[in-house]
This record gives sequence, C-alpha cells and structure tokens, in this order.
Amino acid sequence: MTAHDAPATHGLSTGPATSLAYHTGTWRTERPVYVDLAPPCALACPSGEDIRGWLGSTQEGEAGFETAWRRIVAANPLPAVMGRICYHPCQHACNRAKVDEEVGINAVERFLGDTALERGWDLPKPGAPTGRRVLVVGSGPAGLSTAYHLRLLGHDVVVREAAAEPGGMMRYGIPAYRLPREVLAAEIARIERTGVVIECGTRVTDLGAAQAEFDSVVLTVGAGVAHHVDIPAGAASKIVDAIDVLRDVAEGHPPLLGRRVAVYGGGNTAMDAARTARRLGAQEAVVVYRRTREQMPAHPTELEDAIGEGVRVQWLSTISGVDTHTITIEKMELDGDGRPHGTGEFEELDADAVLLAVGQDADLSLLEGQHDITVSDGVVQVDDNSMMTGREGVFAAGDVSPGSRTATYAIGRGARAARAVDAYLNARVLPAEPVVREATADRLNSWYYSDAPQQHRAELEAARRVTGFEEVLAGLDAEHAVFEARRCMSCGSCFECDNCFGMCPDDAIRKLGPGMRYEIDYDYCKGCGICAAECPCGAIDMIPEVR
Amino acid sequence: MREVLEGSQAVARTVARCRPGVICAYPISPQTHIVEALSVMARTGELTDCEYVNVESEFSAMSVSIGASAAGSRAYTATASQGLLYMAEAVFNASGMGLPIVMTVANRAIGAPINIWNDQSDALAMRDAGWLQLYAADNQEAADLHIIAFAVAEELGIPAMVCMDGFVLTHASDVVDLATAEQIDGFLPPFRAQQVLDVENPTTIGTMAGPESFTETKYLQHLRFLDAAEVIDRWSTAFRESFGRQTGGLVARYDPDSLDRNNLAPPGDATDVTVIAMGSVLGTLQAALVPLRAAGVSVRLLGISSFRPFPELALREALGECRDVIVIDRALELGAGGVLTGNVGRALAGTRSRIHSVVAGLGGRPILEASLRDVVARERAGQLGRLEFLDLKTGGVPVPPVGATEVAR
Amino acid sequence: MSTVHIPFLQTGTLAVGGRLLREDDRSVQSHADRPSSLTRGHRACQGCAEALAARWVMDTAVDAADGKLIVANATGCLEVFSTLYPESAWKPPWIHSVFANAAAVATGIASSLHAQGKDDVRVLAQGGDGGTVDIGLAAVSGMFERNDDVLYVCYDNQGYMNTGVQRSSATPASARTATTPAVGHQPGAPVGQGKSMPKIAMAHEIPYVATATVADLRDLESKVRTAMSIHGARYLHVLVPCPLGWGASSAESIALSRAAVQSGIFAVIEARAGELTEVQRIRELAPVEDYLRPQQRFAHLFKPGGEDALDRWRQLAQANIRRYDLLGGTP
Repeated sequence: MTAHDAPATHGLSTGPATSLAYHTGTWRTERPVYVDLAPPCALACPSGEDIRGWLGSTQEGEAGFETAWRRIVAANPLPAVMGRICYHPCQHACNRAKVDEEVGINAVERFLGDTALERGWDLPKPGAPTGRRVLVVGSGPAGLSTAYHLRLLGHDVVVREAAAEPGGMMRYGIPAYRLPREVLAAEIARIERTGVVIECGTRVTDLGAAQAEFDSVVLTVGAGVAHHVDIPAGAASKIVDAIDVLRDVAEGHPPLLGRRVAVYGGGNTAMDAARTARRLGAQEAVVVYRRTREQMPAHPTELEDAIGEGVRVQWLSTISGVDTHTITIEKMELDGDGRPHGTGEFEELDADAVLLAVGQDADLSLLEGQHDITVSDGVVQVDDNSMMTGREGVFAAGDVSPGSRTATYAIGRGARAARAVDAYLNARVLPAEPVVREATADRLNSWYYSDAPQQHRAELEAARRVTGFEEVLAGLDAEHAVFEARRCMSCGSCFECDNCFGMCPDDAIRKLGPGMRYEIDYDYCKGCGICAAECPCGAIDMIPEVR
Repeated sequence: MREVLEGSQAVARTVARCRPGVICAYPISPQTHIVEALSVMARTGELTDCEYVNVESEFSAMSVSIGASAAGSRAYTATASQGLLYMAEAVFNASGMGLPIVMTVANRAIGAPINIWNDQSDALAMRDAGWLQLYAADNQEAADLHIIAFAVAEELGIPAMVCMDGFVLTHASDVVDLATAEQIDGFLPPFRAQQVLDVENPTTIGTMAGPESFTETKYLQHLRFLDAAEVIDRWSTAFRESFGRQTGGLVARYDPDSLDRNNLAPPGDATDVTVIAMGSVLGTLQAALVPLRAAGVSVRLLGISSFRPFPELALREALGECRDVIVIDRALELGAGGVLTGNVGRALAGTRSRIHSVVAGLGGRPILEASLRDVVARERAGQLGRLEFLDLKTGGVPVPPVGATEVAR
Repeated sequence: MSTVHIPFLQTGTLAVGGRLLREDDRSVQSHADRPSSLTRGHRACQGCAEALAARWVMDTAVDAADGKLIVANATGCLEVFSTLYPESAWKPPWIHSVFANAAAVATGIASSLHAQGKDDVRVLAQGGDGGTVDIGLAAVSGMFERNDDVLYVCYDNQGYMNTGVQRSSATPASARTATTPAVGHQPGAPVGQGKSMPKIAMAHEIPYVATATVADLRDLESKVRTAMSIHGARYLHVLVPCPLGWGASSAESIALSRAAVQSGIFAVIEARAGELTEVQRIRELAPVEDYLRPQQRFAHLFKPGGEDALDRWRQLAQANIRRYDLLGGTP
C-alpha cells in the first residue's frame, strides 16, 4: 500500500475473538453453581455405602473394578454376602425406576464381591496400632462390621462368638440357597486377615470380666431367639420355631417336617422357612399371615420367589389351634386403622407341622442384673449419637439394639459403633451425621440416559430350585455388571457428560480435564440456565445473583 | 494493433487481459455484449485462472464480486440501468468494505417508463455509493479506463465504475488499439488485497459500527476518497507515458481550435464560454464546436473524466478565468436540475460563475451538433436560461408513429 | 442417520460427551480445545439457541475442514450480536455484507478460492430464516442451482427477531409476532402452509439437504460432517428457539427443540440429490402441547377460542409423522 494521507478503513474489520473484551457476565441475574447432592440410593443404604461412587468406578470396566470394590469395603466388609442377601433398599429409592427400571445395584455389588474373592483382593491395611483392645460380643453382621472398622482404626479387636461358626444369622438364619456358606466363610476369613481375632464357641457370660479385660465392649449379640405365641395345641402336634429349622439345616441336620407344612408369620424368616420346607420335601407349604400383602414385612422379591416355588399364602388369617395333622385358622379383617381383628369365622387346614416365624428376640442373658444397662422393648437402649449403653465403655449395635433388623442396617450401625468406640477411646465426641441434600428425581433430566433395561440375573428354573439348596440367583458377568453400573444416573453428582460445557451458548464454561470437571467463567456467563436445565443428573443449581 | 471492434468487445478483451479472478455475469442491455464476450473467453481458455459465474440477479452479481474480492481475487462485473439500481445495496456495501471491484456501467436510462437507451441516470444515481466513477468519451478510452480503474481501485481499496454510454459506445464499432496482455502485465500490478479472508490470518470483515464510530469511519473514507484524485491523476499520467494515449485523468482538456484532446491545452479566458460534458457527447461537442471556433466564437470544451472523486481543483484550473459555463447534462435530478450541473456548481462555488444547465439526450434522444451550436450561440447572446432541455418538444408526450421505435435489446 | 454407533455408556450419544467415550467417538463440542468459532463475549440474548447452533455448526465445519473455513454471514441477530465494532466473537475468517446476499457472497468466496487453486479451503454461509427463506431466497436458490461449493446453514428461529420479532415466511401459523398480533378472530400468524426451505432445497436436487436442532448435538455434528465431506451446494436447516421472540424461558431452548422433534412438529431428515434418505425417529412421542405451551407466542391457543388452532397443530404433527414415518414401522 502506498502512503496515502488517509488510512484505509476497510469497513471496520477487526481481529478474531476480540469480543473477549466484553464481559457479558454483568447481565446475569442468576448464576449456575455446581453442587454435589446425596443420591437416594446412598441415603437409603443402611450400610452407608457410596453406591454412586462405586458404580461410577465400575462403569470404567476392568480398570475400575478394584477401585469400585474398595469403595464398597470402605463401608461394608461383606460385599459378596450383601450382594446376595441385602434386600437392597437402595434399589427401591433409585431414581432410574422412574425412567425404566431401577439399577440392579445389588447384582453389581455381588459381582464386585465375587470378583474380589476370586482375585484375592485384601481389605485395607489397618491403621497404626493404638494399643487399645476392644471386645465385640457376637459375630453376626453388626459384630463383624464393628470389628472390621475398629481394626482399620488401629485397635486390637477380639470377637467372641457363642456358636461353633462365625456369621450369626447370616450363617444360621439364611438358607444356603440364598447365601452359599463358602462365600460367607471367605469374606469372614478376609476380615480375620486384617487382624481381627474371632473366638468361636466362646459365650461371654460376665460383662464385668470382659470390661476388665478390654478397654471397651460392643454388644452385637443379635436376636436369634425365636419369639413365641401361645396357640392351643394338641399333644401330638408338631410346632417348631422356624429359626431352629433354618439353623438345623445350616448345621447339616435337616429335620423331618412332613408333607404339609404351615408357616406362621409374614417376615423374611417365614419366607425362608416356607422355601426351606419345600426343599425338605413338603408338597405343600402355606404361609399363614394375619394381615394383607401390602402390610407384609417380607421383602416382595422373597415373597415372589416363594410363590414361584409353590408356596401358598393364607392372607388375613391367624392360627387359632393346632392339631396333629390339621390347624384351625380364623379369618381376620382390618379395622379403620389397618389393624387386623378376628371375624369369628374359622376353617381347617391340613398341616403336619407348624413353623413359627412370628419374630425373634435378643438373647439378653449377659445383661441380667446389669441395672445400669436399660433394656426396653426387648432391646438394649443406647444413646442415639454415641451408641453407648447406660454403662460407660459398653456399646451396642445390630439386632440387639433398636432399629431395623436387617444385615445391612447391622453393618451400618456396626460401622458407626466402631467410630463411636474410637471417639470414646480418644475422648472425643462423635459428630452427628451431617445433614445432606437429596438429589431427587425432579432434579434430573432423564432424557439423556440411554434406554437400557435392567440386566436380569438369570434365574434358575423355579422347578429346579426346590430340589435342593443350590444358589438360586446366578451372578452377572463382567460385561453385564459394567452395563448395569452404567445405568446409574449419577444423581446429584457431575459425571462429566459435557452437557454444560457443550451447551453453553456463551462458551462460558471451561472443561478442566478428566476427573476435574468444569469451571464456569462468570465474566461471560449470562445465567441463561441451560446448563442447569440440561444437566442430566441435577448437579447444577441456579441461585440468585447478589451484587 | 489497431483494429475495428465493437465497444463491448474492446472492453471485454481488455478486462480479460487484466486477469480477473472472478467475473460475474447477469444480462441487461446494453451491457450484455461485454459479459457474452467474456463468457466465450472463459470457455476458450483465453481467460485463465478465472471463474466465470452466471448469477441470478445483479444483486448477486455484486454480492459474488464482494465475496470474490474479499477472498483475494480481482473481481469484475458489468451492468446498467435497472440492474445497477437492483444491486444498489451491495454497491454501497462493497465500497464501505473497501473492496476494489471494477464494474462497467453501460449507461442507460432508468424507468419508469422503461427505456433501454442511453443517458447517465443510472451511474449518477449511484454518485453517493462510494465508488470511483470514471467516464469514457470513446471506445478506446472505455477499454483503457479499465486498466487504470483496476490500478487505482486496488491501490486505494475503493471500487471503481467505468461508465460508458450504452449503445452509443457499447454497440458502436470503432478503430481501437487495445493494450496487449503483456503490456497490461507490465503496467498493472498483480492483485493485492488490502484485507483478505485468510485462514492463516483470520479477520472479521463487515462489523457493525455504532454512533460512536460511524461518523469517523465515514470521515476517514471521505479523506481516502479525496486522495483518489491524486492517484487517478498519477495512474493516468503513467498510462499516457506507457501507452502514448491520453486516457482518464480527472478532467479532459481540449485544444481551443482543433478541439483535439490535449491535457496541455491552456486554461480558459474570461471571455470564453466553456462547455462541460461527460461521456460520448464530448465527441459530438468536438465536432460541433470546431465550426463555431472557426467563426470566432470564444467557446472552449472541457470533459469530466472522473465524476467521483469530483475533480474540483482540476476543473477550476482548467476553467482558468472563464466564468461562463454550459453543462451538458445526461441525467436529471427531478425537481432540482442536472446532476452534473449540481456538482459543477458546488465545485465553482464562490467563483461567481454563470452556470447554464442543458439537459440533453435523456433516454437515447439524439444530441444533434446543430442543437449544441444553437445552445452556445444563445448563451453568447445572453438568451440561454439557467436550465434548459435540449430539443424539448412542447405539447405533452409525443406519440411516435407506428414502427418508429424498434426495440432491440 | 449417519451417527456414530457407541456402546451403552450411561448417556450414549444423547449427551454432549462422556468420560467413558473413546477419543475418536467424542463430539467436537466435548473437546476442551474445541475451536469455539463463536466465542465468549458475544451479545446474544440469554439462552440464544442460534448462538449455540452457530458454534456447533462452525466448530464441526472447522474441524472437518482442518481449520480451513471461511464464513459468510447474512445480516441478522447472529451478525449483530457477534460483531459490534471493535469486537468480534468469531475466530474463523468471517465476512458480513448485507441481509440478502450471504449465499452469493459465499459463492464469490468459493469462486475466488477455486480460481486461486485453494480448493482445500471450504466455505460456509449462514443466516437466519429472514435472510434465507425471505429476502435471501433468490441468492440461496441461485447458489443451489449452480451447485456452488458452499454449505449454507439457516438458523431458523421463525421470525425477524433482530428487528423486534416480526413475522417471516418461516413463522408458523397462529404464532404471535409484532406484526401478527394475537387479536381478532384469527389471532397470530395467518393459517397457511408456510414455506419449507428444506423442501425448496430438495427441489433443487442439490447433493445434500438436512435438518437438525440443538436438541441433538451428535446428529447436528454428523450432518455438518457429512455435508463437509461433499462438494457442491449443501443446505442445513437448524431449528433454533428464540427465548425473546418465542416468549420462553432462556433455560428452555434445548427442551423446546426436543419437544418440537418429539411431538412431530419438526422433522429431522436428510436428503441427497432431492431424495429423502434418512429420518430421525421420534424417541418419546410427546404431545404438541409440550412444545406449544411454554411459548408465550402461542398463549392464545390455550385460551377459549384457541381450540381450532391447537387442533391444526396436532394435525400438522400427525401429517409430519405420517409423511416422514417419524414413529417408524412403515417399511
């Protein structure tokens, strides 16, 4: 160009991306912020597992399996066991149920648990020795969980178990077709390898002596004593406790029950007892339950499995009399509050044996005469937060203490008891559980999740099931476990789907790299809200802008 | 090589030798022969490295030219009349973006009533479009002006119209001596984009200017445009030196007696009347004024070669002491007067010049030598009005006899 | 649809990206170092889908052209909000001339590049529905007819939003605009067929015509990539909700696009040489109300007297579903 007096203007051409000088963030009335909310699965998990977290690791496939398993055992040392017997409240809470079907969390947990056993993954190494000794009384799920978590914290732990084998109700109350014994044994052995000492056949009878021997005592004796009801019965009638039948079967001494068996009760033990009776040769197994299906405490899948195996249920019925080969049943009706009342209408039913499954009580013989330890409603009362009984240094968890009588709850309370004991031994106050915000279904934008049905575990043919105590449910293979894990919607927690980054009309979000998530550039973010609206998992809040 | 060629052919061949990268064509009389000729050259391979694009309107012709120019090509198109108006928005846009497109305008009247014959209403309606407007007096100049137009436009970053009277020049055969490709290659620098859409150095062309920056943008464009006078003069001088022909420039001076074009002709005297005109009518005037000079009438002839930029200084210099001016105007600003007259008047403001406007040759009306001599005679006799229409018939719109007007587009 | 097949990965191809995706399977938008051809600091309204679509389209085109892309832009929102001197939000070389001539300017660029032997540099023209369907139609049609090597992208927000929401010939029947007020016995835009630019493009039998929305990035990217793999005239029509003009929440732009597709109101298609070749099936059939109700421009449809217009929307959706077999099943 020659030197002209006036410069060329070229219609005001300008350099690329000079718009960065203009900060559109000043337009904003609301700002997006990333949040991490608690998913309903984890909130519903009595064991306190970070389910979303370990499903997330599983999603990565082979490379993530061990990480996933380690995230489980951070809370629960028995994944292979719980992957079989947990009634998985997590799945009932799962938001995916509103999209298609809930994520098969339990099946993935079992896959990880089994994979860990196959590959011999060990539990974490215990922390530095503290020199403190703790006695755990009972080796059920609460006891094993307490012992494991205390051991991880560096304490010396001894578990004393009255029975010949460890495991409590997991061993003696749950039939082998639901929980193969070798799986239970392997996971208990693994806990022992962390240094936990389990002394079986050793009933603790003297609390004072135990306290003298140990710095702290945790009572996890469970509720293994059958509850009894008074039923007028003929002398020759056969009435046995369901729990005893299950224990006998577990010990290898299956009882003779006859061709027709009635089970009285409506819980999971009743289901186990009825299904066990079928396996022991009963042509007919009738569950007599005084309320309705909706009110039944047994897990629906247990009921379905039982019905699938030919078990019949006599709803709204009580057993009012038992004779040698018959029982008398009174029909019931519900009042306005949903409580059953007798109608005075009776019928007879053939039954060679009646199995009582109307609840179980804690064995509190150890506490006889210990007046500072309060027992009410059949269980040991503990401080809600510290989990300590009325006796300093004596704690209680699991079925012997208040709360849900499930293995998963026992594991969760066991872990908390371990933290409580640790706090006590360190003269600290155990902080209360933090209040968390739930990632509710209405926060999700489920459009983005692929259409993917739950991978059903191949169920053995129902006809085959009743012939023995072979495990009923097969596990997932790795491919299906990964598939199932990938159905997790990661409710309330960013899983780096790039929607916010990709869909920002203002190019105002930065991607920070794998595992680092994103950053909003508030100099340019106009606060349109698209990122929050299109976040699949509800991990972005729009909050009013305050200037 | 001297040869007899139609004006359109002369222009087409010269344009082709200027090595345009993109030529856009849309037919409209009387420009059509130019793009037709170029289309043949594009097919025969005479035009190399050139894209010939048949577009669907003049608006797109200019738009394609804009894109081509912005992408780094020497871009050319040609139009006339309604076509120029149809592309008007893009015409203004091209200059605003500083794209040195060259466009031939085969000057033609604008309807309604529709009329395909020559006057200069079309290009002069675009006088504010920000384009250089160079007017050819004959076919030789029409062809040569394109070479100068490319040179000037590309040096300044201002597009240029080369205006030639429709039919009168475009369809008239004449002896011409066209610059060869080699000569043009030696004279015209290769296309240099002052701004270009380049993937290596991306830029944004065509931004929006707010009130804060618009006035200054236009002011700077105006200064740049004023610079153009010097640039046109320089390239025209260079052309004369290279080719030995007087072409272009800002104004065309004529020898007082021979009426031959002569840039060294003396300025006018106070006793003179100067006839100012633009385009092919200058040739008619040359012929018409020779007898008047011979008869002792002190009349001079002055041509406007560059209407935009308007050569105020060169005009004043050429007029010298002369204060009596007749402007032969080929376009009418309705309600005001001749378009060229208005520009001359502004250029001579403060000189106490007596300016007569004669609107002539609208819509192809022949401009007769006798009528022009009559105008000069009446001016000398003090009888010429401020605004007159040459050979105006009274009594309303004349109805031509059946078959009098043969329409040949 | 020429989308990438990706194994089940939590969000599959529906989300922008995903940590589990292989590098090759990632969308252009999911890359931290994506081109961001239309970058921060532009002045589009909050939630502007046109700004979003333009970045998606251009980033993919830039990626497909190995960075060698020149863009011609029609006058309109996209131009005004991105290039207020001295700021430009564009990264590729970009030119705006006037309203009606983006296609022709692009032709000029393509012609110039060809004449210069730069056939590796690709040309994209873009404009709104006004600049494409109305005022620019002749230039677009000319570009199609000549089969110029240009990808033309229309961002259809169904009205003249830049000038204050007036009706265009792409404004759907019954929509309220500033020049089709929701008053009188036939409120909103007059009932008619409207002008279907994709069909007009198909009638030119150009090599490639496609429609897309901002509700499906993968689909849009694959279409741009397909278009870029072809030389000659190509047309992409993208539905872009306008929160201002449609009277919708700025956060809903994606959701409205989704509803438009899932209700059958907007057919997502591909055509080659004038023949329909691919149709995106409806994934979750939605009622037309899902699309209409969140938009203030259709508020009168949900008041007494609006039943007929609402019914016509249902018929339109049904007609599209039949015509394009949007639910699948027709062999």
